[in-house]
Amino acid sequence: MSGVEEDGDRMTSALSLQQHCRSIRASILRMAHDGKTPHVASCLSSVELLAGLYFSALRIDPVRPEESGRDRFLLSKGHAAMAQYATLCERGFFSRDLLRQYATDGGALAEHPSPGCVPGVEAATGSLGHGLSIGAGLALAGKTGRDRYRVFVLLSDGECNEGSIWEAAIFARRYGLENLIAIVDYNKWSAMERTESFLEPLAAKWRAFGWEAAEIDGHDVDAVTTSLHSAPLQTGRPTAIIAHTIKGKGVSFMENDLEWHYRSPDANDLRRALAEVNAPAAVPVFTA
Amino acid sequence: MRNAFIRGLSALAESDDRVVLLTGDLGYKIFDDFARRFPGRFLNAGVAEANMIGVAAGMAMAGFRPFAYSITPFATLRCFEQIRNDVCYHELPVTIVGVGGGFSYGPNGPTHHALEDIGVMRTLPNLAVVCPGDPIEAELSVRAAGSQQMPVYLRLGRAGDPVVHRQAPEFRIGSAIVVREGSDCTLISTGGILSAVMDAAALLRDLSIDAAVVSMHTVKPLDGGFLERCSKQDRPVFTIEEHGLAGGLASAIGEWFVQRNMACRVEAIAVGDHFAHRSGSQNFLRMQEGLTPEQIAHRVAKTMEVSVC
Repeated sequence: MSGVEEDGDRMTSALSLQQHCRSIRASILRMAHDGKTPHVASCLSSVELLAGLYFSALRIDPVRPEESGRDRFLLSKGHAAMAQYATLCERGFFSRDLLRQYATDGGALAEHPSPGCVPGVEAATGSLGHGLSIGAGLALAGKTGRDRYRVFVLLSDGECNEGSIWEAAIFARRYGLENLIAIVDYNKWSAMERTESFLEPLAAKWRAFGWEAAEIDGHDVDAVTTSLHSAPLQTGRPTAIIAHTIKGKGVSFMENDLEWHYRSPDANDLRRALAEVNAPAAVPVFTA
Repeated sequence: MRNAFIRGLSALAESDDRVVLLTGDLGYKIFDDFARRFPGRFLNAGVAEANMIGVAAGMAMAGFRPFAYSITPFATLRCFEQIRNDVCYHELPVTIVGVGGGFSYGPNGPTHHALEDIGVMRTLPNLAVVCPGDPIEAELSVRAAGSQQMPVYLRLGRAGDPVVHRQAPEFRIGSAIVVREGSDCTLISTGGILSAVMDAAALLRDLSIDAAVVSMHTVKPLDGGFLERCSKQDRPVFTIEEHGLAGGLASAIGEWFVQRNMACRVEAIAVGDHFAHRSGSQNFLRMQEGLTPEQIAHRVAKTMEVSVC
């Protein structure tokens, strides 16, 4: 295969991934609107990372979501559940009808995922600082047990305040968990303030804990998939991918506005936002 | 009980290759044999209990049967949310092992005492709370925990806990063990205070009080059948525990009765609502709290309206 054709293939797949991203963004916006729930901006910053995982990096089969040798993904920043639900749905883990149950009384999909709520959700999260330890346990089992797999854990930047993250970081290095990959959705905001002033130098922190670390543009799907596929960056060491992102990415009036950590879009907001994300026509509107 | 635990765990690990042991950097030398016999199945998670419980949960999700071990307050209070969210919410077969129930680590001071762990752990759905009464029960409880599909909290004593049972009783989680028959009153004990309660019953015998002694090793779920019989019998019940009153055995039994509008005369003998500010051995601290055999017997006899000289 010639270099030109390879580039062509990559271009095609990147375009398709971008279409998925637009569709996922549209689903997130509708869920936030219909469910009247917060965290829409935290979800929008994660979209390319989740799409890169579920459509490229993860060795998974939506038809056999519990296959024992599958790669694992843990959404440690559980408040981005809408983004995970939308991505799982987009990837074919469950029907679009199920998304309508989001944040409804008695529905399967809560604001933070519960255990086994839908196929593809590996763990219940919502309290920050839990996912990396669970991931380390899964990764250890994936090194010593019968099946070999990789474990990806998506952290928020604010979550890196939690002491348990660094307990897990020490543990993962100590036990050489090269099959553990932490991705930090570094959107530069915690729930109340900008994060760089107290988190930087973030990549150096992970390296100081004995991890390999890479920094990428978390909205460049090509960079995202390349980095996810290249992990582990070094044998015997866990990998941290610091993904620089924008909180609220894709909707101009939500980007870098902390209001959208809390607000849910009203009908007018939704209309404007959907126009901006330019979702493929195939995505059905499930708002009445 | 510590040695009994590791004996029981080694036997379990022999027959079940899913069993792994994690420790929060505690148990110097006592795990050497286990680590040698079961390579790769002993992990020192370091002084990081929150992470240890999360790791145990992850391993259980992948099919392992982790036992996570530390001194009681560190194994329960420090990592409470990990136990709640990662283990109990997911209904994973993880056993949390707290060594040093009550004043077992007496001289180490209140940071190491465990007087609220039963109460705190009892609030968690899906979690069995098991407090063996002596080393025999401790060893049996490990196998019982290992055969559960659900999370278990195992509250052990430390070293040198007296053996009470002359022969191994039948041990089932949720099933009280009658250690001594008696017709005048019932002493319900949980955890390592059992031998002191047995001694108290012997002293009461000298006062012509025939006390039954029961090891209520499982505080959650309680043995409802046994409590129902207590309610029907017209004899006083005393609960004895090396734990604070709030949330402990007496509290659990009280909840059981009020939930059912059932009557039973129950008197709680437990640790007061304070920290032990003075240094002291387990026996000294028990004495401060009225938990020696003599003090227990005296209090029971007083309630039974038998004069004590």
